Amino acid sequence: MTASNTLLKSIQIQVNGTHQHRLVEPRTSLVDFIRDELGLTGTHVGCEHGVCGACTVLLNDEPVRSCCMFAVQADEMRVTTVEGLAPERGVMTKIQDAFCEKHALQCGYCTPGMLIACHALVADNPHPTEEQVRDAISSNICRCTGYQQIVDAVMYATQAEGK
Amino acid sequence: MSKSPFRFIGKHRRAVEHKRFVLGQGHFAADIQIQGMLHIALVASPYASAKIKSIDVSQALAMPGVHTVLTGEELRQNTEAMLPGVDAPQVTRYPMAFDVTRYAGEWVAAVVADTRALAEDAAELVMVDYEQLPAVVDPQEALLPNATLVHPAHGSNVIFHRHFVWGPVDQDFAQCDHQLSYRVSWARNATVPIETFAVACQWNDSTGILDVWASIQMPKFPDQMAKALRLTGNAVRVHFDVDVGGSYGVKRGLKHSVLVGYLAKKLGRPVRLVEDRLENMRGGDMQGPDRIFDVTLGFQNNGEIKSMRMKAVDDIGAYSGRSPLQLGKPVGAIVGPYKINSVSYDAMAVMTHKTPQEAVRGFGQAPTNYAIETGIDKVARFLKLDRIALRRLNMIGKDDFPYLIPSGTSYDSGDYDTVMTKALNAASYEELLKERDALRAAGQLAGIGISTCLEPSGGNASFEPLFNPKNETTTWMDSCLVRVDLSGSVTALMGTSTSGQAHETMVSTVVGEVLHREPDSIRVLHADSLNALPSNSPVGSRMAIMLGGAAAGATKKIKNKLLQIAAHNLGVALEQLDYEGGHVQVKNEPEKKLSWDALVEIAHRKFHKLPQGMEPGLQEKFVWEVPSGGMLPTADGRVQMYPCHSFESHVVLVSIDPGTCKVTVRKYVCGHDCGVMISPDVVHGMTYGGIAHGLGAALMEKFAFSPEGQLLAGTFMDYLLPSSAEVPAITIVDHCTPSPLTEFGQKGSGEAGYLGSPAAIASAVNDALSTQGAKIDHLPMTPQAIWTALNDAKSPA
Repeated sequence: MTASNTLLKSIQIQVNGTHQHRLVEPRTSLVDFIRDELGLTGTHVGCEHGVCGACTVLLNDEPVRSCCMFAVQADEMRVTTVEGLAPERGVMTKIQDAFCEKHALQCGYCTPGMLIACHALVADNPHPTEEQVRDAISSNICRCTGYQQIVDAVMYATQAEGK
Repeated sequence: MSKSPFRFIGKHRRAVEHKRFVLGQGHFAADIQIQGMLHIALVASPYASAKIKSIDVSQALAMPGVHTVLTGEELRQNTEAMLPGVDAPQVTRYPMAFDVTRYAGEWVAAVVADTRALAEDAAELVMVDYEQLPAVVDPQEALLPNATLVHPAHGSNVIFHRHFVWGPVDQDFAQCDHQLSYRVSWARNATVPIETFAVACQWNDSTGILDVWASIQMPKFPDQMAKALRLTGNAVRVHFDVDVGGSYGVKRGLKHSVLVGYLAKKLGRPVRLVEDRLENMRGGDMQGPDRIFDVTLGFQNNGEIKSMRMKAVDDIGAYSGRSPLQLGKPVGAIVGPYKINSVSYDAMAVMTHKTPQEAVRGFGQAPTNYAIETGIDKVARFLKLDRIALRRLNMIGKDDFPYLIPSGTSYDSGDYDTVMTKALNAASYEELLKERDALRAAGQLAGIGISTCLEPSGGNASFEPLFNPKNETTTWMDSCLVRVDLSGSVTALMGTSTSGQAHETMVSTVVGEVLHREPDSIRVLHADSLNALPSNSPVGSRMAIMLGGAAAGATKKIKNKLLQIAAHNLGVALEQLDYEGGHVQVKNEPEKKLSWDALVEIAHRKFHKLPQGMEPGLQEKFVWEVPSGGMLPTADGRVQMYPCHSFESHVVLVSIDPGTCKVTVRKYVCGHDCGVMISPDVVHGMTYGGIAHGLGAALMEKFAFSPEGQLLAGTFMDYLLPSSAEVPAITIVDHCTPSPLTEFGQKGSGEAGYLGSPAAIASAVNDALSTQGAKIDHLPMTPQAIWTALNDAKSPA
């Protein structure tokens, strides 16, 4: 029941472009690994049962719930967290910038997961309709915004992009 | 349109908080990492009511990495009970149960270990021997003469009861053509932030200071924490720069913080508790009002409503904090926007073996609005009058302000008819009727909902003395400190944390407005509780009014000081000076001037150039009493509750699939008047979010309990939160009736949307059901509730 070194597993994960080689307990969730082991606290824990989406990260470019998988399951995979979305330090992506411009957040707690969901959407569909945006972000719960300004932000970012 | 009198107020501006959040650089309580920090896992009662016969912690303590296991008994002996909000000294509440448990999920023991995972392992080894006791779960059963008592020492399950009569109720009813009685109920729900409650504490033996980082939104939190821990007030330092991941009222984790503070001091190690979701839902003590209303309206043939009798029974759960007072705030808007001449209000808070209730957005106003507005629809249906015309007939007119309502509150300003008309126009009401009828013709159930409601704002504490004569609180001040440093840059300090309301943006906009300095250049910081001026936290839609007013007050002192320095050095009277952009010049003599930099330098360096008696430096504070506050209630329970009164009117179209009974909200318009908006994007954002909360309360969210008192909705699979699939596109139509009581004419709006949307959505569902002869008078209107109502209407009575 206690953690002993014999139970630790070695994993190699690329997180935001950096290779990580770590020993983890098999029961450590991916989100706890990201937050506690790597110190990347931008990814948040909301429900720990896969509903709220606050912990969403990109795993090999696909959005996944990092609370519902173990770190060992991400062995030899690529993880992108909110800290890794921007092309360089301090610079925002168009979606991040649009979130600021359109007031698409209030408390900021669901925002990292919501941003991952929006980036995944736009990677597949650079010019989504409003309905497609609503469908894509229905994976993530926000208690502050009622979603309106998040939809506005994604539309703002993606419409401006095409012109 | 007339030109705005403001430079920065009311303009689009990016919230300064946003950048850190979109880059993943927020600073939430669960992000606090301190060297050597220990972690807590909780052992919770599986029973709603039980005697704790014994607790065996030996196996848990024997586990490597476990530092201590704390029981409720030890904690009780070493801390003071938390206050029950009303005069009920026998209803004692400590962070953990001792002797008996009073709800399923109540904390019984806390395990502290090197990691949370280890603590959870050890928690499973804590052996508690319980003897199950009878539980009272239904609030109406709790009122029966032989009911099981939740707190036997209190002698009753009723923790608060007062019957207010304001005005000639009996006389008014006697003169009415009709009266109509109905019962509506509001289900226990809450705002359920995505961040659970988290708190980290660190004790320092040398300084004797307990440092606290908590996801807190609570008035007088540091004082209450110090008192409970038997520490002096200056031994508790709460760091208000922690970003709070949503609260909307509920982040009142006093018990969590007392527990963690006690352990940090006892162990001499930093200790942290982060609730998991079940702990949050079941034992976080953050469930909201749970109310049954019995209402009678007295009215004339023409629809004029003369009087109202309202009885409200609120099930507050097993312990009391602020919860009974949530029956008190509605006193300040008990007639809504209507000219109801007299009111009888019988308010009762009852205890059951359920999770305790805590403050939720609106502090009890949303349920009361739902009860009033449902009645207006019922009167219209009874008299076969148009719902909108009936509301118009009864509304307080725009020339009637200030308007004194029977319960003693004066509404400051408003134009309710115009706001409702704007909402109806934006919804294209005539077209909406056609759309509804087309949906009906196509086989759907469809309905339009209307609601109007007051948003009392400016958060005063008048309900405290109203509900507890021993409590003579008559101020609920807020404060701000503003300083200009030698480089000429401006910093403002506030004394509370923020949970999404963009206070840094609001304060910098206000300070910039007064000083004519670019708001983005102004830094706003959250001082810790030992460095801060007094604040009563962002409750009661108060910060635009109170913190905004305090920021303006402090900044005006700075501006006045700059003007005095200029007058002294330019050798003219104050009245001869113009202030523009931070620079001062003599009227009509533009060459005689002093720049911002020059004035700042005089204040900081050149004492010889200061007017006699002036303090050097540029730093001012302002502590603002709530405008219109300061008075105790009258003997018959009349009081000015809150100072300012925003107003909203909702228009909604819903359809209901007759097969699945699922409700789809197809159109949503909210007309809104909160006076002058300092940050329109922020106001709109909170209104959208409030409407989404209201949609959840109306259709989805309920903390359901089994008859044995087990929480049946402890996860987001059972407690359903609205997603973007349920929340429709929302149109907000602004109107502006400035408040005469505030600096810029602003009113509050933090509870906007949530106060009126449950009533509107319920109104729409009932309009849809009315074609089938069905109705629902309880929330949430789930598919099952709708299916049941339709079946009840079909089957012969």
